[in-house]
Amino acid sequence: MFKKIYFQSIFFSFFFIKEAFAAESGGMPQLNPEFWVSQIFWLILTFGIMYLVLSKLILPKISKNLESRKSQVLENIEAAEKQREDSDAKLKEYDEIISKSKLEANSIFNQAREKALKDIGAKREVLDKQIDNEIAEAEKEIDTLRKNAPEKINKIAIETSSELLQKLIGAEINNSSISAIVDDLSKRNGDKYYGN
Amino acid sequence: MAANPMSQFDVYRIGPEIKVGAFDISFTNASLFMILSTVSILLIFNLGSKKNSILPNKIQLLSELSYTFVSKMISDTAGSKAKPYFAFIFSLFMFVLFCNMFGMIPYTFTVTSHIIVTFVLAAFIFIGVTVIGFIKHGFGYLKLFVPSGVPAVLLPLIVVIEIISYLSRPISLSVRLFANMMAGHTMMKVFGGFVISLGIVGGWLPLSFSVALTGLEILVAFLQAYVFAILTCIYLNDALNLHH
Repeated sequence: MFKKIYFQSIFFSFFFIKEAFAAESGGMPQLNPEFWVSQIFWLILTFGIMYLVLSKLILPKISKNLESRKSQVLENIEAAEKQREDSDAKLKEYDEIISKSKLEANSIFNQAREKALKDIGAKREVLDKQIDNEIAEAEKEIDTLRKNAPEKINKIAIETSSELLQKLIGAEINNSSISAIVDDLSKRNGDKYYGN
Repeated sequence: MAANPMSQFDVYRIGPEIKVGAFDISFTNASLFMILSTVSILLIFNLGSKKNSILPNKIQLLSELSYTFVSKMISDTAGSKAKPYFAFIFSLFMFVLFCNMFGMIPYTFTVTSHIIVTFVLAAFIFIGVTVIGFIKHGFGYLKLFVPSGVPAVLLPLIVVIEIISYLSRPISLSVRLFANMMAGHTMMKVFGGFVISLGIVGGWLPLSFSVALTGLEILVAFLQAYVFAILTCIYLNDALNLHH
């Protein structure tokens, strides 16, 4: 709908244009030679001056700028490349140092461990010996104590029996007779008390 | 239809009439816009080449991009031998581009919409290229009109066609630019007239058309400058590297 009106309006407007042209006759101003010479003159003047200034002053400067930028960028790229290589080499060096020091640390650790193990072994031996000695001494003491025990018990038995008898009977009794009895008893019951 | 769509191309005198002999070289609106274009070109490229920083600012980037754009265009079409003519083609491209672009501003005058301006440029290019061709190759330059690998029977016809096409170069070059500019500006004026004549009810459609046309015309303004420069490069290539 809109389209139709639109194109119709364009179509009708061309009639108006025709009328307008007819009214203001003269056609194309481009074909009027009145100012041709003036246009040629000013064209040559302006274009000539512009060409001279551009070619002698401005364009060489721009081309110099471009070239210097290009060379500088290339230089910078080269420098960057060089630095990258340097850093790569340094990185390699660093890696080497790291791996070397790792190995070193490992060996030191191993040495320390071995040393510690050795120390521990030596100390243990000493301690073991000491413990063994102490055990042996203690055993000896126990042995002597055990050996002496019956005698002491006999003695205690004789003394307590004599005192008991004295209190019970009120008469003094010869110790030798009591000891004979105790000896006899202990020989009989010794195995019961001291049998290992 | 308030104004004639062709009245935008009128040339009128600004200031007094200047006469040198029989010739009228008065300062006109065309001269004004030529001067405006050249001054803006010189200003922009002077600012763009003043400082040389590694990270270019906007105007430096602009001028350097245009430099590389034109230099690439020349080396692509005319090879390395065309290097001495770089400044001329650069000036030509910039001049045509700026004149076209100035014409896109409302109420301005488009210098390149006048056949005489484009014809003088094209004729200068034509004569220059022909002179370069004859200097480089002597009369061997006439081999341009005799393409290799053509049957002998067709040769007379081909040579005539080649000569005509060669001689029509300045005309085609100048008319192409002039006609594009004139047609575009006339069309925009006509659509602008529609907006007025159709009024508030129907004027929106031609207005939107006018907006779209403005974009198209800016494209055309650039494209025609580019075409003008690249055809110059191609003609120069014919003159410099003669192997048809």
